[in-house]
Amino acid sequence: MARGAEHRAWDGLDGRPSRRGESAATPARRRPWLSRDGEVNLGDLVFRQVTALFAAGTVLTLAAMAIQMTRASALSLERFGLRFLVGRDWDPVRELFGALPFIYGTLVSSLLALLIAVPVSLGVAIYLAELAPLWIRRSLGFVIELLAAIPSVVYGLWGIFVLAPWLRGTVEPALQRALGFLPLFRGTPRGVGMLAGGVILAIMILPTIASVSRDVMRAVPNSLREGALALGATRWETVRAAVLPQARSGIVGAIILGLGRALGETMAVTMVIGNRAEISASLFAPSYTMASVIANEYTEASGDLYLAALSELGLILFGVTLALNLIARLLVWRVGRLPGGAGRL
Amino acid sequence: MRSIVMLAAAVALAAGCKDKAESVSGRGAESTGEVEIQGAGATFPYPLYSKWIAEYQKLDPQVRINYQSIGSGGGIRQIIERTVDFGASDAPMTEAELGKAPAKLLHIPMTLGAVAITYNLPGVTDRLQLSPEIVAGIFLGELKTWNAPPIVAMNPQAKLPASAITVVHRSDGSGTTAVFTEYLSRVSAAWKGKVGAGKSVKFPLGLGAKGNEGVAGQVKTTPGTIGYVELAYAKQTGLAYAALRNRAGAVVAPTLENVAAAAASEVASMPADLRLSIVDAPGKSAYPISAFTYILIYEDQMDTRKGKAIARFLWWATHDGQRLGPSLDYAPLPAQVLPKVEAGLRRLQSKAKPLLSS
Amino acid sequence: MNSRGSRRRLKDLLARGTCVAFTLLAVVPLASVLLYLGAKGVSGLSWSFFTELPRPVGESGGGMANAFGGTLFLVGLACAVGIPVGVLSGVYLAEFGGRGRFASVVRFSADVMSGVPSIAVGIFVYTLVVLSMRRFSALAGGIALGILMVPTIMRTTEELLKLVPDSLREAGLALGLPKWRVILRVVLRTGASGIATGIMLAVARVAGETAPLLFTAFNNRFWSARLDRPMGSLPVQVYTYAVSPYAEWHQQAWAAALVLVGMVLVLNVLARLLTWSRGGSR
Repeated sequence: MARGAEHRAWDGLDGRPSRRGESAATPARRRPWLSRDGEVNLGDLVFRQVTALFAAGTVLTLAAMAIQMTRASALSLERFGLRFLVGRDWDPVRELFGALPFIYGTLVSSLLALLIAVPVSLGVAIYLAELAPLWIRRSLGFVIELLAAIPSVVYGLWGIFVLAPWLRGTVEPALQRALGFLPLFRGTPRGVGMLAGGVILAIMILPTIASVSRDVMRAVPNSLREGALALGATRWETVRAAVLPQARSGIVGAIILGLGRALGETMAVTMVIGNRAEISASLFAPSYTMASVIANEYTEASGDLYLAALSELGLILFGVTLALNLIARLLVWRVGRLPGGAGRL
Repeated sequence: MRSIVMLAAAVALAAGCKDKAESVSGRGAESTGEVEIQGAGATFPYPLYSKWIAEYQKLDPQVRINYQSIGSGGGIRQIIERTVDFGASDAPMTEAELGKAPAKLLHIPMTLGAVAITYNLPGVTDRLQLSPEIVAGIFLGELKTWNAPPIVAMNPQAKLPASAITVVHRSDGSGTTAVFTEYLSRVSAAWKGKVGAGKSVKFPLGLGAKGNEGVAGQVKTTPGTIGYVELAYAKQTGLAYAALRNRAGAVVAPTLENVAAAAASEVASMPADLRLSIVDAPGKSAYPISAFTYILIYEDQMDTRKGKAIARFLWWATHDGQRLGPSLDYAPLPAQVLPKVEAGLRRLQSKAKPLLSS
Repeated sequence: MNSRGSRRRLKDLLARGTCVAFTLLAVVPLASVLLYLGAKGVSGLSWSFFTELPRPVGESGGGMANAFGGTLFLVGLACAVGIPVGVLSGVYLAEFGGRGRFASVVRFSADVMSGVPSIAVGIFVYTLVVLSMRRFSALAGGIALGILMVPTIMRTTEELLKLVPDSLREAGLALGLPKWRVILRVVLRTGASGIATGIMLAVARVAGETAPLLFTAFNNRFWSARLDRPMGSLPVQVYTYAVSPYAEWHQQAWAAALVLVGMVLVLNVLARLLTWSRGGSR
């Protein structure tokens, strides 16, 4: 279970299906405490209340965050209302603030990341869950998880000095030669920009999607695999016909978890995306994400409205990631409830 | 029990690293009389400030000044919030900003610097010469390639490539941006109408980078870029920078002399609160994008010891410290300004007593 | 074998090959990051790198003692916040909460909290702690990191305690111990190594966090072990140096990143070994 905990986006998650792994035993085993002669111990009472208080802390923190961020963005909410979401100007001189370029940059960089990361991580997940021998399963699984352990700022450093020059010198000119007729690949190859942001994010969310998908695939009952194999299906056909359909909603959940992480990722993206509030069709053009603009401007925004607008970006980010996590967890949880899975998560 | 043990372990860990690092720096952090001062703001003078702080610590080891270069916008915002003991900005605070401060703030000019137009053009060895129209044209996105006719006309001898120009600007609230955009607003009506002047403006195009450090870093790593940074950043990192045609029609490079000339032609009009812009100065050899950079500090200091330490440091920096400027490409404060600076510093007080004696 | 059968086998082979290829591809970035860290970082490591404070811009030499001390201090603080809250909440969920509504709300909040972007936590702590104390402080940084640690620790603790057999609890009670002492002395002790794993992973994660520190602990080029002052940290220092124009700072950024990644990887490997040594099949 510890393996899941390396990763914030899904660490709470692996708990659920693993409980499920013992689902037959669990509810029965969780008997109420046997009390001695029904007598109530004062120490017990206090202890229970204290732990409950700490447990309430998380709920309160979450609520306080929502309240605090709404309060901080009140001025902007009031002034711009829903126009904030569609405004294209981010102009502190004229005190005009619109979030669209940041929303666009956040969504496009994250979708780009999904586009790259989803096929790769599904390949990894299928290999690790269905094909690899046990020792590879363990060691390679661990290596993939280490990918999630590298701090964001280190990816950013690598992005500036390794990835961006490579994109500028090799990948972007090649894309331009091959696909330059598409508006996606027009413009000057600079290295830093939307493409670099998307690639960095893809690397960062890959372990999330791969590990959670692998876990949901392992949760698919073995009887299904055995049935397919007995009918003469190849390994791949077994995966396609027996495992993937069962795991589908869990995999979608894994992808949404990855998306949630990509949307909120800050440092690495800030270091390579070019930090410019602009909506451009080209992947070579610089862009800006909600998290990046907060990182860059939050300590220095000197106008009240400016600060409120930044806080509102934070609020949107908070709300969106909250909703995505909710959906993802429900989806993964559903697979987790399939009876008789092959592996505990 | 277990969690208590762990908590104890965590505390021990913290304490352990405290001991370690203190023995490293050679003295206890809280030995008697030590003052730690927090400052934040402009990146423009950071190379000089960090030098001053290191030198001043040798003179008075009790005073430790932590200056973080987060940008002038940050300096102004954080001094208004009172999260730092002093702020720093290249752009004087606006009336609106001063109005938000909870008490009276002083502007103390510390040094003079130049905003250099820096570029990365492999193969172009001679210094580019640019007119105000060209600079505005590039930053407005009207001149898109390095071999655009106006640039070629001013630099006939340079082998300018046909590649696209990539503009690099600041992504944070920046005094350097304020000085640069004020200059552009003075020399270009189109800029004034479309973009305007300020610490954070909506640039029509380009890459955003954080701090003078970030812009210089971006220009250095990306061919075909042009950006604006404090001169020291361009010189220390070996970046090329352009000479500009000034108001008098001469083409001048950003040098100490030309910055001093810009200041000399404007200081007579320095107001009592010391806020003065010297962009597009009229002098014959004046470099047109020059600026004073300021420390922002509350006139009335709540903590007397801290206040005294800051006042002494500022006095030292504006006097003896000035000789460190030229080696880092900052021009010393003009002699005419010094009496006004001294008068400003003498107004610093705590609990109704002046912080500087005599 | 007919052609249909061989086509199916070819397809199987292709699909399997693709999966293997993708797995190898996924390892490439990790390998590249580690290689570059090694190539560019090792040369920057020296005794003075660990023991000296940063020098002024343009002077060569100097180190990051402030950032090393700062990161250890901040992580210690985060543990002081995160471990008691996380472990005790986990105890509540496992021992008292059961399937009750309140416990479900807590579990749900923890899951959601683990997905909240760390920069949002930074804003939250800034408005709550920094503005009310009127200063950037190590305390604010420690709280921000501590908040990020809680969900991981809470859920690990809960899961681990649920694995502790009820017979142990009953044995404790039979000895006449009150419930709370049974939990502290028997149940938690049995689950300790697992909980330690969770804590290590939580530490590994927050040790590399940058975004929430930018407006809480801020940065400090000096070292001081005070809660009410700004404090430097490795991730913030890596960020500052990485985006700077100075070659020497770049080198220091690589060296610091190498140390940071080393720390994080060691914690991860330790945690993994601990899990394996418990004999888990996971």
